[in-house]
Amino acid sequence: MQDAKIAIRDLACRRGDRVLFRGLSLALNAGEALQVAGGNGIGKSSLLRIVAGLAPAFAGTVEREGAIGLVDERPALDTSHALGDALAFWARIDGTSENAAQAARDRLGLADLLDVPVRYLSTGQKKRAALARLIGQEAPLWLLDEPLNGLDVHAVELTEAIVAEHCAGGGIALVASHQPFRVEGLQRLALADYAA
Amino acid sequence: MTGRVFALLKRDLARLLLGGRGGGALMPVLFFLSVAMLYPFAVGPDAPLLARTGGGVIWVAALLAAILPLDRLVEPDIEQGQFDQWALRGISEELVIAVRVLAHWLSFGPPLMLATLPAAALLGLEAGTLGIVELGLLAGTPGLAALGVTVAALTAGLRGGTALAGLLVIPMAVPILIFGAGSLAIGGESGLALTAAASLVLLAIAPFAGGAAVRAARG
Repeated sequence: MQDAKIAIRDLACRRGDRVLFRGLSLALNAGEALQVAGGNGIGKSSLLRIVAGLAPAFAGTVEREGAIGLVDERPALDTSHALGDALAFWARIDGTSENAAQAARDRLGLADLLDVPVRYLSTGQKKRAALARLIGQEAPLWLLDEPLNGLDVHAVELTEAIVAEHCAGGGIALVASHQPFRVEGLQRLALADYAA
Repeated sequence: MTGRVFALLKRDLARLLLGGRGGGALMPVLFFLSVAMLYPFAVGPDAPLLARTGGGVIWVAALLAAILPLDRLVEPDIEQGQFDQWALRGISEELVIAVRVLAHWLSFGPPLMLATLPAAALLGLEAGTLGIVELGLLAGTPGLAALGVTVAALTAGLRGGTALAGLLVIPMAVPILIFGAGSLAIGGESGLALTAAASLVLLAIAPFAGGAAVRAARG
């Protein structure tokens, strides 16, 4: 895995004509995980999108080293395709080996769902499929936006274990969640402290 | 990179040509044929009149058929987050749009050209006219595909975007329609070259205009 690093300096975020937060600085090095906590609408998702480079920062800079994997509320799986085909598309895009893709599917309990069209899957099943895509992507920087939404107790533990393994392997995880996220060595950041 | 382009093209074709619930390429073709079938009912079975005006009817029907799949071209991929995931992987919006123009054309251009054969029989077109119509469609439909994808990207996420897309495509398709249908007139063969020229301009613009539109929609 390539070197992983995220460095945020004096970041401010604006949505519409409201500044959500300002003066946010943090640095994450290989193997570190950080949970961004805070209530609804405080700017957690916006922070992740700015870090991903999908949204512009109002002020400040974001430095990244390493490819980014993002899981948010949109699974990015073709609703009319069978789950197996939808995941196979991303495996081809990411160049995932068949063994690795199958291991990820099996681990997340998707093996029995591969023939089911994505539109019939539940929220939690789609979230698990998105995690399987994320694992197959083999990106060092993970940005997870509410990764536990819709997951059952078992899948929550599984997700936490997967994130812990990713960090143990030298990856970085930036988790935005209002729910408790239990990973050893997880740092916490209350976004409310930076509210403008 | 080539592997990624093929993966994108394969997925686009699965969606647009075979098309799950949207009906794929079948709907525009059936629509096109039904217009060609209705026309003799509307103007009467006057063979010389049909033969003289039939080529133009085929062009109008082809333009309208190209509008049908607009809502499936770009918007679902913005809504479901595919464009974000591609951007994270360094796959530019321009590349995705260029591949989509190709897939969109493959899913309606050749099928319409095939459907023109029975349509020409319904309208009693002569072989020479049919040949020029087919050549004109070959030159013009790539431009219609490029225009369709560009406008679909521009209107993605807008309220009433689909209706607006149809309204926007029609005036911008006028050059292709004029030159394409104009090539049917006696001595109008140069219209084919102008149709192809209009197509090429639209094809050249589409990836950049469409890509910029998708990025703007991200907000």
